Amino acid sequence: MVMPTAPTEQVAAQPPAAPVARRARRRQRNTVPYLLLAPTVLFLAVFFAWPMVQALILAFQDSSGQWSLAPVERMVNDLRFTESVRNTLVFAAVVIPLQTVLALAMALLLMSNLRGAGAFLYLWAIPLGISDLASGVVWLSIFTDRGYINSVLNALGLSDSGYPFLSYENPLSLFVCAAIAEVWRATSIVMVVLLSGLQVIPKDYGEAAEVFGATAWQRFTKVTLPLLRPSLQVALILRTILAFQVFAVVIALAGRQLPVLAEEAYQFYYTIRSPNTAAAYALLIMVLSLGFTVVYLRLLRVRDAELGRG
Amino acid sequence: MRHTGVRAVVHVFVAASFLVAACGQTTQPPGAQPQATSAAEAQPAAGGGGSLVFFANQFKPVEEQGKMQDIILKDAPVKADFIPEDPGPFNDRLNAEEKAGKLTVSLIGALHGDMDPFVKSGYLEDLTALVQKLGDRGFAPAFTDLAHLGTKDKTYYVPWMQATYVLAINKKAMQYLPQGADVNALTYAQLKDWGAAMQKATGKRLLGFPAGPKGLLHRFFQGYLYPSYTGSAGVVAFKTPEAAAMWNDFKDTWQYVNPQSTNYEFMQEPLASEEVWVAWDHVARLINVARDRPNDFVLVPSPAGPKGRGFMPVLAGLAIPKGAPNRAGAEQLIDYLTQPKQQANTAANLAFFPVTSAPVPAELNPGIKLESDAVQKQAAAKDALVSLLPIGLGAKGGDFNTVYLDTFQRIIIKNEEVQAVLDAQAKTLQGIMDESKAGCWAPDPPSDGPCKVK
Repeated sequence: MVMPTAPTEQVAAQPPAAPVARRARRRQRNTVPYLLLAPTVLFLAVFFAWPMVQALILAFQDSSGQWSLAPVERMVNDLRFTESVRNTLVFAAVVIPLQTVLALAMALLLMSNLRGAGAFLYLWAIPLGISDLASGVVWLSIFTDRGYINSVLNALGLSDSGYPFLSYENPLSLFVCAAIAEVWRATSIVMVVLLSGLQVIPKDYGEAAEVFGATAWQRFTKVTLPLLRPSLQVALILRTILAFQVFAVVIALAGRQLPVLAEEAYQFYYTIRSPNTAAAYALLIMVLSLGFTVVYLRLLRVRDAELGRG
Repeated sequence: MRHTGVRAVVHVFVAASFLVAACGQTTQPPGAQPQATSAAEAQPAAGGGGSLVFFANQFKPVEEQGKMQDIILKDAPVKADFIPEDPGPFNDRLNAEEKAGKLTVSLIGALHGDMDPFVKSGYLEDLTALVQKLGDRGFAPAFTDLAHLGTKDKTYYVPWMQATYVLAINKKAMQYLPQGADVNALTYAQLKDWGAAMQKATGKRLLGFPAGPKGLLHRFFQGYLYPSYTGSAGVVAFKTPEAAAMWNDFKDTWQYVNPQSTNYEFMQEPLASEEVWVAWDHVARLINVARDRPNDFVLVPSPAGPKGRGFMPVLAGLAIPKGAPNRAGAEQLIDYLTQPKQQANTAANLAFFPVTSAPVPAELNPGIKLESDAVQKQAAAKDALVSLLPIGLGAKGGDFNTVYLDTFQRIIIKNEEVQAVLDAQAKTLQGIMDESKAGCWAPDPPSDGPCKVK
């Protein structure tokens, strides 16, 4: 019954050595990703985070550098403030849903095995390669009094002097024209995100659903859409943030008659020479963007179970 | 679990970088330089008069910049890098260079009113000797007087070129000119009747103003309407009863103005496309249509109001900053630019007219002749009332212009009550004058302290 003690001692002696080695290995494993991330983090800190902090500081200083709420007051009391907040929000509310639906349809078309579907990808990628301002100018030449649409109307004898689509007297048509231009310009980016999302959805799920008798519509709503949620989330966040920055298209089409937030920030910085008020506008854009990002992250929360990763 | 974590991080990152980009776009620190900080200084002088940076707040449009560099400066004795900039960044760069004590700019080209803050800060060299040396150019005495900038014996710039604003008229409009009106001596009342007659006959609103984002409509209020109706440059009489009457009149006229005006920046474009027939603008922004179709257009002086024919001569000058890296080269370049050939060349290509006795050659393009005739007629009109560009506002120039444009937006576009708008905007205007400490300018008598709104 006398148990040899040596093995017990051996067992007892081992533990101190093993965890140290494992911990060292783990530490090594843990530091590598951080080291890999470090250059990016440093880059973002120097070129993005620091200017952002500076903007924050600027927004709460007067022109002589004293702490003050003057820039915010000036922004809120500005002639175009209420209008620009309203326009920006309404613009985003109209353009984003439209773009998401369109982009989804476009991405699905590309995924279908229709002949020539690939050609659409090239066609739809064109707006991605054109600058905001250039596309604004293109649409200006379409909508202006002597533009392409009015030339056609004129040739058809429907309008003599041209319909003033872009006049401040027709705020609705001005808004619609800007929205059309923006939808044209920025739908492709949403499509690209959604397309990549569609491509990673395994075909098996759809096929399985088909075997169980699901219709195409059921497969779309019950299989594809839920699995696409992560991509939708990214696309919506991207588009919303960009929508709050909308600027060049609007200024090209509407001049100063459809003020939006980014345009006011620009005017205050460049024309009026008040970097502080411009920073206040930038801050407002940031707060709005952050708020909506949080909302999207909550609303479109992706549960692991839904992705089949229990 | 791990995957969602990573995804969340990616999302936050993407979101954060866009957010910061949003801020970054608008919060470049003041004084941020355009990339164009010339290659010239990088490789110092290569023979001849060397090279230098010629920094100006005129000729910013690419086309004008190109003409300046490739035509006007082509035969210059000094290799000059012409860098134009908008007034805001222009001030920023010069201030930043002076404060840092590291100058790259040797020659400054700017409007009379823009020189004042630099003189006050002591940035500019006294060029009296140079102006005397260039005595044979025949500078107009009015211009060399202005170049003293309020001092007795110092000259801070050499006059470079001049321009102004006139009316351009498509000849098709002439048949609707109100009876008894002389097109070369119009009044604002006649302009309104003319617009009404054209609309009645054609169904279109054919008057046009440059009210777009980069248009110069604010100058119309500061140098044309206000002096013509109130006899003041627009600060002193900003909210007087005469001013209220003026805005009401202009509102009446506006019903005959093409509503696309809020998008117009250079009136030569809507004139060429015949979206408008009668338009007011800077001569440099009418030149293309005058040059391309001299037989279809006439150019005439701006209209007159109850107090006279207010107009704004635009005088640009050449100055040398203290500590300029190539002062000798800058003097050579001033000599070159004020020679008759370059003065005529500038008129022919850029529609800025000579400040010297150099004639605009008669064999020149008929369009240039049209413009120069209109400019002369306007200056020589019996009821002419000269109003200077705002002086001494420095960095507040944009704020100042915004007061007039906001007043326009509220009264004309948004139809707000005239006197209430004037009272509210007057407060902002007074704040700007107090902050910049700018005194009154012609036609108002000089003030002791900051100019006061009456």
